[in-house]
Amino acid sequence: MALADARAICPDLATRSADLAREAAALSSLRRWASRYAPMVATDGVDGLVADISGVPHLFGGEGELRDDLQARLERAGLHAASAIAGTRGVAHALARHGGGIVPDGRLAEGIGHLPVTALRVDHDTAEALARVGLSRIADLAHLPRAPLARRFGAGLVLRLDQALGAQAEPVAAEPDAPHFGVRMTLPEPIGKQEDVMAGLARLLDRLCAKLARHRMGARRVRLELRRVDRGTAQVEIGLARPMRDPARIATLFAKGVDEVDSGFGIDALRLTAPVTEALAPEQIGGGPAIRHDDALADLLSSVGNRIGFERVLRLLPATSLIPERSFLLAPAAYSTAEPIPHRAGSKRPITLFPPEPVTAASGTPPASFRWRRMRFTTLRATGPERITPEWWFDDPAWRSGLRDYWRIETQEGPRLWLFQTPQALGGPDWYVQGEFA
Amino acid sequence: MRPEPAPTDSFDLRARRVHEAEGRGRRAFALFQAARHPGPLVWIAPAHIPELPMLQGLPRGVGERLHLFRPSNETDLLWCVEEALRVAPISLVIAEPQQPLSLTAGRRLQLAAEAGRTTGLMLIREDGGSNATETRWNCTPLASQAPDSTPHRWSLIKNKKGTIGSWTLNWNGTSTAVHMVSAARERHEPAGAAR
Repeated sequence: MALADARAICPDLATRSADLAREAAALSSLRRWASRYAPMVATDGVDGLVADISGVPHLFGGEGELRDDLQARLERAGLHAASAIAGTRGVAHALARHGGGIVPDGRLAEGIGHLPVTALRVDHDTAEALARVGLSRIADLAHLPRAPLARRFGAGLVLRLDQALGAQAEPVAAEPDAPHFGVRMTLPEPIGKQEDVMAGLARLLDRLCAKLARHRMGARRVRLELRRVDRGTAQVEIGLARPMRDPARIATLFAKGVDEVDSGFGIDALRLTAPVTEALAPEQIGGGPAIRHDDALADLLSSVGNRIGFERVLRLLPATSLIPERSFLLAPAAYSTAEPIPHRAGSKRPITLFPPEPVTAASGTPPASFRWRRMRFTTLRATGPERITPEWWFDDPAWRSGLRDYWRIETQEGPRLWLFQTPQALGGPDWYVQGEFA
Repeated sequence: MRPEPAPTDSFDLRARRVHEAEGRGRRAFALFQAARHPGPLVWIAPAHIPELPMLQGLPRGVGERLHLFRPSNETDLLWCVEEALRVAPISLVIAEPQQPLSLTAGRRLQLAAEAGRTTGLMLIREDGGSNATETRWNCTPLASQAPDSTPHRWSLIKNKKGTIGSWTLNWNGTSTAVHMVSAARERHEPAGAAR
């Protein structure tokens, strides 16, 4: 039904646009839940699940009881679902979409004979062509000779029919689960000492890192949850400067966090997860000094980042801008790599840069003398001006005063300063210091 | 780009020790030393000071190797210095402590530098150093009489294992080479009071 028609019937109809990504996520979590009924469960289209329950029904007391149990649980969860059990995947698919039910063994053709041919998963054109010659039900097709059917309607129809009736195999291909990087440990007696927790952590880390290695992944964040006997939880989370799966090196980063945990009456369960992981190919270990140096540097960045924050461990990266403040980037070192700095021609740049600080008592252009930071400076030599225009495509509050004329001022007192003047500023040009040369 | 091989002269900082530099030109002196130390560099400056190294103005080959740590308080800063000094592949750790270094802190840093076989350089305020330092330099930029010269005066005002001295030199801020204005010399006059 079109939305306009539906609105014509019911003007108050509440509608929402379909969110395919979330629907797929919900279906995949339902698939995980459905694995309680069978080892092989796969998604079937965008709205279905198919499970291979060979050898399972007797655990639930029979096929009927299994289906009732499934329906009851889904209903309790608020899900409206239809289900069918049959000897082949094709029949189960057809029946589940046309009322559901159970087809006993050996009665496949009778079980779906009354269903329309569209239930056979044939495309629209084939279904229409079948309807035109008067073959509307599956029972009409089942006893027809295969060769003329295949010649007239294509091999697809015959394949689907054979799959439904069991003449062609159609296994349930369950996709592998995405690996879950989490391990847990429950203790018979609560623990409270720091070294006990660290020993438990070491055992969990061994298992987690083995799993990471098996999937060729490395952790970027590792979280340790400690459950206390009074049902409170404490959490310690660390970040790593690069993907890593070395238990000993990760354990040392936890030492400070574990030290600060209040264990209360004791801790009786530990859970270790790696919420953020990245691909990490197997690598040469213990090789030349270059590898050891990289490891040591990454360890330093990790430990410093965990103490002062990863956003405070920085690296300077070049940027393509003539504006002094934007001519380089301060990037977190853990999430960037060093870039070669392009050689730059043109006038010299200062070694330190700071936000512009106004000078007072400036006289002349360039100023013959001025005061800055409560010191009096006399100009010995001035080089410039170098005019830098603002980038009009960025609205930078610092550059609202317009053009800047930069001068390199060598002072009698020694310091070589980077001054600029704002000729377009309202209220007359002002002088500012923005950097200091070597 | 590979840094040029480090020359050996009076400005070599003794390896595996922590040194101090004060005065207006201390950042220039630190960058000069950074250019002469091949390998990763760490610059530790408190988050609240406005001065940042400007990438385009640094000596050749320094910007790529530089890591900047910006801890929020003095304790974290000293912790970062000690931690960085203990890591062997780091060649030079430059830090800007804002408060005077205590003898304990200075001694701990020396031990860390020895353990990690790393050199450290503290950019201190005037009289904010610790007695545990190996050498202390007073660095001031000088007014240049000739154009295109950038003279500095770097005075070694404390040296545990050698003589002190004062040098006036031209360093243009791009390479590891310096031009001496007056040659290094032995001290003739009696030393002032030790600091």
